[in-house]
Amino acid sequence: MTLDHPVPIKDLKSDVKPIWCPGCGDYGVMHAVLKAISELQLDPAHIVIASGIGCSGRFPAFVKTYGFHGIHGRALPLATGVKIANPNLTVLAVSGDGDGLSIGAGHLPHAARRNVDITYLVLDNAVYGLTKGQPSPTSAWGMKTKASPYGTVEHPLNPVAMMLACGTTFVARGFSARPQELAEIVKQGILHPGFAFIEIISPCVTFLDTYAFYKQRVVSIPENHDRTDRMAALALAFETEKIHLGIFYQDPDSHPHHTTLSEMRQKISGSYSLQALLERFRR
Amino acid sequence: MPINDIVIRVAGESGEGIVTIGEVFVRIAAFSGLEVYTFRTFPAEILGGHVIFQARIADRPVLSQGDDINVLVSLNQEGYDTHVSELEAGGIVIYDDAVVTPRDSDRHLLYPIPVSQIANSLNFPRGSNLVMVGAMVQLMGLPFERAEQVVRRRLGRYAEMLPKNLEALAAGYRYAQERFPSHPPAYLVPPEQIAEEKLVLTGYQAIALGALAAGCRFFAGYPITPATDLMEFMASELPKAGGTVVQAEDEIAAINMVIGASFAGLPSMTATSGPGLSLMIEAIGLASMAEIPIVVVDVQRAGPATGMPTKTAQGDLYMAFYAGADEAPRFVIAPSSVEDCFYQTINAFNMAELYQMPVIILSDQALAPRVETCTFFNLENIRLWKRQLAELKPGQPFERYKITHSGVSPITIPGTPGGQYVAEGLEHNEQGHPDYSPEMHRLMTKKRWNKVNAARHHVFGLENAVEEWGDQDAAIGILGWGSSLGPVKEAMVRAQAAGYRVAALFPKILFPMPDVRIRRFIRGRRILIIPELNSLGQFARVIEHRYTRQLVQDSISVISLNKYDGLPFRPVEIFEEIKRVSALLTRRTWPR
Ligand SMILES: Cc1ncc(C[n+]2csc(CCOP(=O)(O)OP(=O)(O)O)c2C)c(N)n1
Ligand code: SF4
Ligand SMILES: [Mg+2]
Repeated sequence: MTLDHPVPIKDLKSDVKPIWCPGCGDYGVMHAVLKAISELQLDPAHIVIASGIGCSGRFPAFVKTYGFHGIHGRALPLATGVKIANPNLTVLAVSGDGDGLSIGAGHLPHAARRNVDITYLVLDNAVYGLTKGQPSPTSAWGMKTKASPYGTVEHPLNPVAMMLACGTTFVARGFSARPQELAEIVKQGILHPGFAFIEIISPCVTFLDTYAFYKQRVVSIPENHDRTDRMAALALAFETEKIHLGIFYQDPDSHPHHTTLSEMRQKISGSYSLQALLERFRR
Repeated sequence: MPINDIVIRVAGESGEGIVTIGEVFVRIAAFSGLEVYTFRTFPAEILGGHVIFQARIADRPVLSQGDDINVLVSLNQEGYDTHVSELEAGGIVIYDDAVVTPRDSDRHLLYPIPVSQIANSLNFPRGSNLVMVGAMVQLMGLPFERAEQVVRRRLGRYAEMLPKNLEALAAGYRYAQERFPSHPPAYLVPPEQIAEEKLVLTGYQAIALGALAAGCRFFAGYPITPATDLMEFMASELPKAGGTVVQAEDEIAAINMVIGASFAGLPSMTATSGPGLSLMIEAIGLASMAEIPIVVVDVQRAGPATGMPTKTAQGDLYMAFYAGADEAPRFVIAPSSVEDCFYQTINAFNMAELYQMPVIILSDQALAPRVETCTFFNLENIRLWKRQLAELKPGQPFERYKITHSGVSPITIPGTPGGQYVAEGLEHNEQGHPDYSPEMHRLMTKKRWNKVNAARHHVFGLENAVEEWGDQDAAIGILGWGSSLGPVKEAMVRAQAAGYRVAALFPKILFPMPDVRIRRFIRGRRILIIPELNSLGQFARVIEHRYTRQLVQDSISVISLNKYDGLPFRPVEIFEEIKRVSALLTRRTWPR
């Protein structure tokens, strides 16, 4: 649902003061998302933001859309239920890297298989922020924390490559410190009719300050990248020298889950009557 | 020899068509105007493994699967050998004499039917099941026209096979007629006129139909025996009503989808069994905390971990009542028959929607697949309770979790302008903003429990919230829950005929507990028998705990009757307990 005018970003913020530490990447992400909502002239009463648990999971409380702050790792199934129940809603889901890629990782391939029309933002700080600094599925190998005093012995995931391999119809990466570019990616993700997975690098200044690291390495995806080419996207995702930002892949023929469902219903329904159904059981 | 109250057991290997024979035969009986009640076991493996399909058929309402078997139908030697000991003396064996050799032939009446041979002679080897059904129809005294009608209706989908199937049915019927011109001593006499309007359906179908009647439009589930049938039925019917069924990636996803869909405005449901319910517990806490209406069906099965997927139990009562982090109010409902499944599911949706709470329905492995005849559901008398929508006032912030007398706060549905809020799983204030202050947690905890108390006063006005019967002044009371109601009722008929005095009460809505009704029921009794299919006596412990003072002051003893062998109660087991307990009471030493 769009309005005939944009809602200014300041009017999209709720009265709840964010609990995030000063300098946390999540502020940048929030600004970019609100900018995208404003510029797309979306009606906040028709937006639902579902989230899991983590610093990132607090996101819905700070914006004036509908929101659902659920349990750890379940933002995607929650958002899936919302979208199926009312396809007219714009549905976003927000997770951290622990929420989305560890406890909730089992839902990722299935959201991709369904191609449910959700924009999924994974705020990746490569650490567990809310629980105070444990390693996460994207932490670098050997990272020392209180929970891994001798260094982690697990290798980090590559979320973009993983989601490309799952058949996701829209895969992108953004950076909280580049809010203009991020807002554009989020906009494209919302407009994409299907499952849009966006990994957002969003550093945790308190437990793992990676701003300097990323600022040296991030580059925008080259102009000449063909974003309808999944294999080319995978090659970019696996590049190690540079960390690419932008839209890796978008399926131009994406057919969203709710459309498939309504086509199926149209094929079978005709006129429904419970009384007629009961008659099938009359002796 | 019983006439018009017969227990027939069909036994053999799964895959031999035991269930087809049983299901077609009971429908023929039901369509002939008789009442039916089935019990079936499931093979441990998909291919092969021993199964039984049992049907009790009578000319009056059937309350349980019965005790003895009157007729044994066996299609292989193992089926015969395993079950013949349960066949009453003088009982009837109907069998394929090409593969079964009855050993104990003096004790029983033998009706050999060479079903495979007959089917082969029709050039239709797969028709042997219908040959058997035809023979059973004839021997048990059912009308052939009804049998034909049922076969047409049930197997009509395979139109090209229909003439062959009907031929097999007729051949079996004719063979039995010629070979055994007179009736066996046990048989059925269908009524002249089929009086009342009846439905013939299973427990899970009744739950699904209740859900549809209550306006359920979203279902998500993950396959698990014995709840899968419910999902499959919904998958076929819900889309026709404009709804959606999702087979989720796991139970956690299923219940979170259900919560999301309900948040977005649709009455929503999931169904599972004990192992799946364990996985859903955290999310049930979320529905309780965020105050989102959902209905969760638990078709209980036996054993922890994977346990015995194909066996029955009533062991999930504690989990349904209490499981989860800290305290999460929820409602629990236990239907006691197929018909009750329909109406209690409507109660479940009504309570979920009105009080914005998770509701757990406790069915079980015996009740869900059971076929029963029941009075035709009257859709016109159904009253639906809806969630109360907030009246939004411009300029005033919407308080999603407003403290009210009943604890129920009016809600908005996403898409409503100005109604934006965050459904919050953290402790929160009236606006739904996170708030961990001691006062707020106390206030909100109370608010959530107030809904249980409001419901307690409200729902026990419903005429089907409890069922109470028997001798009001009896010293012995039976207090039970769920699907053991039928066997208890039947045992009480026998007990009363034998001069024992017993009263019984079954709450259908277990949480909130109908305190007033239970207190009144136990007043003046000396012994309460609490039969349950679990080893701890979970309901008995709840009753003891909740009514300690009254039980102690009035010297009322609680006796748990626990059965935990994976099988439902037989009426005789309850009857024996009534006799045993009555004898205890006559002892001088029993407390007065
Ligand atoms: C079932 C469950 N397990 C564990 C937790 C504790 N917990 C809360 S947030 C979190 C991880 C947060 O990390 P991440 O998802 O990366 O979010 P961030 O705080 O970094 O934004 C954990 C383990 C919980 N709330 N629930
Ligand atoms: S702990 Fe880290 S992730 Fe959490 S708010 Fe602070 S900076 Fe952000
Ligand atoms: Mg994190």
